[in-house]
This record gives sequence, structure tokens and C-alpha cells, in this order.
Amino acid sequence: MNTPEPFLGDVAHSPVRHHILSVMVENKSGVLARVAGLFARRGFNIFSLAVAPAETSARFSRITIVVDAESAPLEQVVGQLSKLVNVVSISDLAPKDAIERELMLATIRTNVDDRTGLLDVVGSSGAAIVDVDSHSVTLMLAGTPAACDALERELDNYETLELHRTGRVALPRLGKRASA
Amino acid sequence: MKITGAQALIKSLEHEGVEVIFGLPGGAILPVYDPLLDSTIRHVLVRHEQGAGHMAEGYALATGRPGVAMVTSGPGATNIVTAISNAHMDSTPIVIITGQVASAAIGTDAFQECDITGITMGITKHNFLVRDVQDIPRAVAAAFHIATTGRPGPVLVDLPKDLAQSMMEWWYPSTLEELDLPGYQPTVAAAPSLIEAAEALIRDSHRPVLYTGGGALKSEAWDELLAFAERTQIPVVTTLMARGVFPDSHPLNLGMPGMHGVYAAVTALQRADLLITLGARFDDRVTGKVSAFAPDAKVIHVDIDSAEHHKVRRADVAIRSDVRTVLRAWESDRVTPANLDDWWSQINEWRERYPLVYDPPTEEGPLRPQAVIEAIAQSSPEGTIVTSGVGQHQMWASQFWPFEEPRTWINSGGAGTMGFGVPAAIGAKAGRPDRTVWCIDGDGCFQMTAQELVTARAEGIPIKVAILNNAYLGMVRQWQEMFYEERYSEVYLSPDLPDYVKWAEAMGCVGLRATNLAEMRAAIDKANSIHDVPVVIDFRTDSSEKVFPMVAAGASNDDIMVHPLQRSAQ
Ligand SMILES: Cc1ncc(C[n+]2csc(CCOP(=O)(O)OP(=O)(O)O)c2C)c(N)n1
Ligand SMILES: [Mg+2]
Repeated sequence: MNTPEPFLGDVAHSPVRHHILSVMVENKSGVLARVAGLFARRGFNIFSLAVAPAETSARFSRITIVVDAESAPLEQVVGQLSKLVNVVSISDLAPKDAIERELMLATIRTNVDDRTGLLDVVGSSGAAIVDVDSHSVTLMLAGTPAACDALERELDNYETLELHRTGRVALPRLGKRASA
Repeated sequence: MKITGAQALIKSLEHEGVEVIFGLPGGAILPVYDPLLDSTIRHVLVRHEQGAGHMAEGYALATGRPGVAMVTSGPGATNIVTAISNAHMDSTPIVIITGQVASAAIGTDAFQECDITGITMGITKHNFLVRDVQDIPRAVAAAFHIATTGRPGPVLVDLPKDLAQSMMEWWYPSTLEELDLPGYQPTVAAAPSLIEAAEALIRDSHRPVLYTGGGALKSEAWDELLAFAERTQIPVVTTLMARGVFPDSHPLNLGMPGMHGVYAAVTALQRADLLITLGARFDDRVTGKVSAFAPDAKVIHVDIDSAEHHKVRRADVAIRSDVRTVLRAWESDRVTPANLDDWWSQINEWRERYPLVYDPPTEEGPLRPQAVIEAIAQSSPEGTIVTSGVGQHQMWASQFWPFEEPRTWINSGGAGTMGFGVPAAIGAKAGRPDRTVWCIDGDGCFQMTAQELVTARAEGIPIKVAILNNAYLGMVRQWQEMFYEERYSEVYLSPDLPDYVKWAEAMGCVGLRATNLAEMRAAIDKANSIHDVPVVIDFRTDSSEKVFPMVAAGASNDDIMVHPLQRSAQ
């Protein structure tokens, strides 16, 4: 099998090719390296990856991986992942069956007396202002990846000093709960 | 009971029933070598850590029990990486214990520190860095459990020196829960609906083949395979990893498929309408060009590792199970294909037309490597274990040695590791001292790990080594001859540098040489009469000899090249 270059692309422009894996792992050192290393050596591409302690117990963490479903058949990705001894379970979420959210923080240059336009953008996008000084504001949006994309486009009209997105996390839509 | 971590490690290995460790000490593993003196476990002191790894593999492949290797940190650990990768590719159960620098020194570039768990992440089934002395028994027990269950493989346990030296309260896990492996579920019951779906495919087939791989050996399915094949009369092919799982003398056995496979085996797969794939993984050395492989065949794929399903070839029925369980489920008469008479008459025609052949040897030499292998086989007792290196000699050994029993053929398949043969033979002989063990080696391979013959002599492990000395890296030479217009680049080794007889003698072995047929017979007889020390025979073979049949890399199996002697007939 060939090993394509790792691809860290823009998932929003290719909505159908991604798939979301919600992977429960043991909370042990090196586990993230095992998961990342597996994707790298098998040539599976990742759009984003988010890790946090899981709800059940401190023994486990949940890794939400958005995979490029075109770089490898999903069953291969799941099959290889599930062989990692520290991987406890994998839920495979098709985008239509998942609630996906992402957090975005952006610091925009703007003077104190010239903020009305930006405040309108903030208001209409559902974002919030979380930090302010005399020549810039930091705003936050927690929303769907599409909402984050839309806000990012709006912000093209402003001078963005810094922008950071977390990559998405996801859970099954209620009524679609199934695990692999 | 309070004991040291080092004592706990040895005690844990004893608990796992380990009878021999292949290893070499050094600073970080030093504390563990002390309680070893008081243990019943035998230690075989190797001359290079790669040898320890291959010995553990040879032991595992010959006995069916996990092999164990123990080395120090840093260079000791990196020296065994090749063997770990080899075991990973061939799913061989071995446990590797590496010493590590003291916990507090980890991450500081301490003397002989290296991140061996990081290095081996992609080439072990799993690995552990032990962080708490109290966890040593659990890590060892988990390592053996993981190495030997499901799809087997190498597991590495990295032990910081300070833990080996600290005190712990002895305990040993007695339940799977205590191993604390919430993500490890190696076995699953094969779904009955899939077993039935496969049965339907078998019933409907007219040209089925049992494509049998290493998984059939791992699941010890030889009796079931024999019974199933005899009842259904379905032809069997045995991959390089499966040689011996089905007797070569059996009329249903077509032999090895693949790049250097028997014509009838390769072509039966190509023309089949159903591949009953048992623990094989559609390796490129078997399939040739994948898109042209067995184009008309439906595929049943039985594999304990579901990640193998659909990886290379989409299966019509994919069953996650060990091979034996499925063959047992298929014991009933429901699972019988249509009449196979036409299929067999076609196959028998291929067999008669294109058997394995070679140019007849001349009395005065040079020797034909194939004839040397046949002569050794004929003079060897039943159940003789054969190991090999990687290259032409390996392919000839697989082709011309008649394998009648499982676990008598030990070679490096997936990784193709030159130098595997000698240490693997030592490991096999250590595990099966009752058996005659021959290593059929190449001159190039021999030079990579020959120093382990010192180990063999010192430890009283009398293996026999046949060097098929063609003075070349012969397999590479063959490719250069056939695909690079005979432009030979860096493949010549010389027949007598080194002098293999003197080298063998310097290592405490008996060294013999044979350049013609009479010397060949005499040397083999002499070797067979020696039972206390290792023997090395330098067989001077024809450099220009090539392995046939051959499917060129990337070519379709339809374009198989037969031996020149058979070409006019084609
Ligand atoms: C460690 C390693 N290095 C290189 C190769 C590539 N290789 C495959 S076969 C071969 C030649 C082996 O020579 P020899 O042992 O003399 O065997 P022969 O083919 O002549 O029988 C080489 C170099 C390999 N498989 N393994
Ligand atoms: Mg050679």
C-alpha cells in the first residue's frame, strides 16, 4: 500500500469525505503516540484530532478523530485502530448521524471607537467576546464546523491577529447510538 | 513476601513456564541477571542481540510456545529491533525484556538510554514501559497473554533499572481482569450466519482452492485441514508461511503459490472460482499484481485479525475466527463442493506439464543447489526441522524439501530477514533437542549472523548448517541478470573469502566442504554422524542457477515464467 503525505486539509470544503471516529482509549502515557503513529505508518489521513478525559472514569480518554475516508477504507482504519491494545472501543459516526461541534478563538485588531461592525458579526454568528483591550478583541464561537467556517469568512474583512480552532468533537445523535 | 523487582521478573518468567531465555547482559539489565543464577530457567548467551531475537523466534516456531529474549538498554535494545520486526511480520509470539535506564534518568539522554518502546511501537503487537515495581508481574503476564492469543506477535517489556533494584510485595495475576487490559479482546466466536454463507459458496463452487497460510499453523489446524480436504477433495496450496501444515506427499497438496511457487499452485489460484482463504493475507509475493489475481474467484477469508479482511482483496465472506474453529464447523457433509473431476483433470495436466525441475547435476560439479537440498532431505530423519536465510536458497529449500509435518519449516517470510537461519536453527534446536535441525543458508546470509555458531558450540546446541555457496547475493544477482541486462552491481561475494571451513573450525564447529557429487554425499554422511557439535558444510554451487518458476515483481500471475527446460513445451 502506498503511503501518501500526511494531509491536514480543510474538511469544510469536502464535506462528504470525512468520517468521525470517537475512540475510547486507556488514559496511559504514550497512547496518543500509538494512535498518531498508526495513522502515519498506515497512510491514513487525519483532518483533526481532539483528546480529553472521558466521562466514565479517569482511566479513559476519548479521542475524536476526523478521518479522511478517501485515504483508506474506513473498515481498515477501524480494524487497525481496534488492534491497539490501549484502544477500548470505537464508535464510528457518519456525519449525518453525529452532533459535531468545534471551538474557535480569534483575536481581531479593532479600535475602541470602531467596533460596531464587528459586534454585529459577533451577534449574528452566535459568537461571544471573551477578552478586550484598547486595540483588539478576542471572540469565541462554539458551534458546528460550518458555523466556524462561516465566521472565519466574515472575519476576512478584519485584521485577524490570531485564530485557533480546536478541531471537532462529536457524539452520536440521540437515537443513533451504536458502537463498533 | 518482599523481593526485588529483578527477582520478581525472573519469578514471573518462571510462572509463565519459560524454560530458556536467549540474551546478553549489560548495565541496565544487570540486576536481573543476578537472580537468574538461582533460577531453573536456562540462559543462552548470544554473541549479538539480533541472534537472541531470532533464536526466540526459532524456539517459538518449533515448539508453539512463546520465545523469550532479554537484552540491555540502548544498543542492546536496538540490536534486537530487526528480530522484533521480523516476528511482527510473521506473527510469531515472542516476549522481549529490555533493560532501561533508571526512571529518574529517562528523558535525559542518559548513558545507553534509548526510547525502545517508541522505536518498537509500530513493530510490536504491544509494548510496556514498567513504571511501578509492583506492576512487574502484571506486565510480564500481560506480555505473554498478548503475545500468544489472538493473532500472535512480539511484545516488549522495558524495565527501568531502579525498579529492578527496588523491593516489592510478590504477587502474580491469576485472572484476566488483573491483567488490566480493557481494550484487548483477542477472540470472538465466528458468526454462524457467516459460516453458513461460506458453506453456500463452497457448495456452489466448481474450482475451489484451499489457500492456506501461516494462520493455519498458528491455530494448529492441521488435523482439521487434512480431514476437510480429504472429505471435500478440494486442492490445497500452502504458502511460504504454511509449508508443513499439510503433507507435501499428499496428492491434494499442490505446493507453494506465489512469486516462486509451483506452476500448478499459482495457476490453480488464478483459475479458481473460489478461494477458501485460511489464515493467509494476500501478500504481494502471493498475489502478484493484485488487480489480476484470481480474477474469477469469490473469496472466503478466515482470519483471526479482522483488519486483514478486505485489506488487499475484498472478501465475499469474511469470517473473524481462528482457522481451526471454522474447519471444525465445516465438518458436516453439508459442506461439499460440486463434482471436482474437471477441475482436477485440469490441475493434473498443469502438474504433469510443469513440475518443479532443475538441470541435472554433473558428477564433477559445480553442485546444483536443488540437488544438495534433496540429498540432505533424503538422508535426514523424519521430523527434521529446516530453517533458512533469505534468498534463492530459501526458495529452493521451500520448493525441494518435502515437508510432512507442521513446525518443521522455519523461515523469515514477511520481513525477509537475511541472517535469520542460523540463530533460528539454534532456537529451534534449543526447544526441540530431540530433532535434527538443518539450516539451509546462503553465503551472504551466513555472514550476517554466523557468530552465533560460537553460541551454539558453547551451549551444546548441535545444529547443522548447509551453506549453498554460490559466491553471490544470488537472489539480487538473479534480478540483475533478468531485469537489469546482466549489469551486476555489488552482488559478488567470492566463494572462498571468508574460508567457511576455517571459520567454522574457529567457532568450534566441524567444517566441511563439497565441490562435487561424491564430496557432497560424503559431507552429508559425515554431518549426519556428528551429534555433539555444530557442523557447517560449504557446498560450492553453481552461481548462475536461478529460481523458477518466477513471476516478476508487479506482474500478473498469468505471466509466470517456467524453468528454461520447460519453455519449449509452453
Ligand atoms: C538484511 C537484508 N539485507 C538485504 C536483503 C536483500 N536481499 C534479499 S536476498 C539477498 C541475497 C542473499 O544472498 P545469499 O544469502 O547468498 O543467498 P542466495 O540468494 O545467494 O541464495 C539480498 C541481499 C535482505 N533480504 N535482508
Ligand atoms: Mg549466495
